[in-house]
Amino acid sequence: MKDRPLFLRLLRGFAMFWWDFLVGDTPELFVAALVIIATVALLSERWHDNAVAVVALPVLAIAALALSVRRASRATKR
Amino acid sequence: MIATTVSSGVVVLVGAVFLACAVEMVEALTIVFAVGHTRGWRSAFEGVGAALVALTALVAVFGPALIHVPLTWLRLIVGGVLLIFGMQWLRKAILRSSGLKAKHDEDAIYQETVAELENVAPGTNRDRVAFVMAFKGVFLEGLEVVITVLTLGTSAHRLGLASAVAAVALVLVAVVGAVVARQLSSVPENAMKMSVGVLLVTYGTFWVGEGLKVRWPGNDSFLLAFVGIYALVCWILVALIKPKNPSSPVKVDA
Repeated sequence: MKDRPLFLRLLRGFAMFWWDFLVGDTPELFVAALVIIATVALLSERWHDNAVAVVALPVLAIAALALSVRRASRATKR
Repeated sequence: MIATTVSSGVVVLVGAVFLACAVEMVEALTIVFAVGHTRGWRSAFEGVGAALVALTALVAVFGPALIHVPLTWLRLIVGGVLLIFGMQWLRKAILRSSGLKAKHDEDAIYQETVAELENVAPGTNRDRVAFVMAFKGVFLEGLEVVITVLTLGTSAHRLGLASAVAAVALVLVAVVGAVVARQLSSVPENAMKMSVGVLLVTYGTFWVGEGLKVRWPGNDSFLLAFVGIYALVCWILVALIKPKNPSSPVKVDA
């Protein structure tokens, strides 16, 4: 590791930081955010259904949070 | 109408930046106190100073660069990042509030840091160890503040305001921390983290929508509705997962 050029070590550190920051120990939330963005993009930009997009975005975010909390809660209680 | 619209956005922005900065500062300050009390204040302050310079440089470099990104893309990317980051904070805060995850204990962190520093024999790279510990503590906690300030500030076109609020929070926590010395454990950190999580998810949802050309009813005023909705959801989730038998042992780390 130490014999790698400084630039590569910095790049690896930068990539690792963002991985930990966005994915870390909750990959389900990262995937959920991508699904939410894709779904709302379809609703808003392709089907032009603003009313459904307004409701879907927070509802999907709440569902993702609830599922992630439920998963952690079950793992902790086990 | 315009005044109301502006004030809703500004209130949420100021609240999010101030609370996020204050929470991270409390965590950083605990490490700095441990370093200062154990190894001397000179190296601790040098580490803090170097970390603050590095963080300021990051804001100076990336702040103006982000302004040149098209606003729609900026809001979509920033919204996505804030949504993930906010949900992570909320998940942790909900688990802690329900008693399923051990609360952040500043006293324990202080003791651990002191023990770690005392294990290094006196005289061997003494100043360097203290400097690196203080630098790492402030830089790593500060990095999250920088990301919050940059993302919220640039997307709202209020980077100056966001930076100023962060600076005020930094000074305020430092002064209060110095006055109360090591009593940082009495800060209601989990409640603050819950509030920050609600505000980050609020902005995340709002800007993902803006980036995808969703038209929110009432424009920026809808931010306040999101704050209320997400706060209510958190309260419900805490109530739902709270163990029925309060005497059951608290498990650490989910």
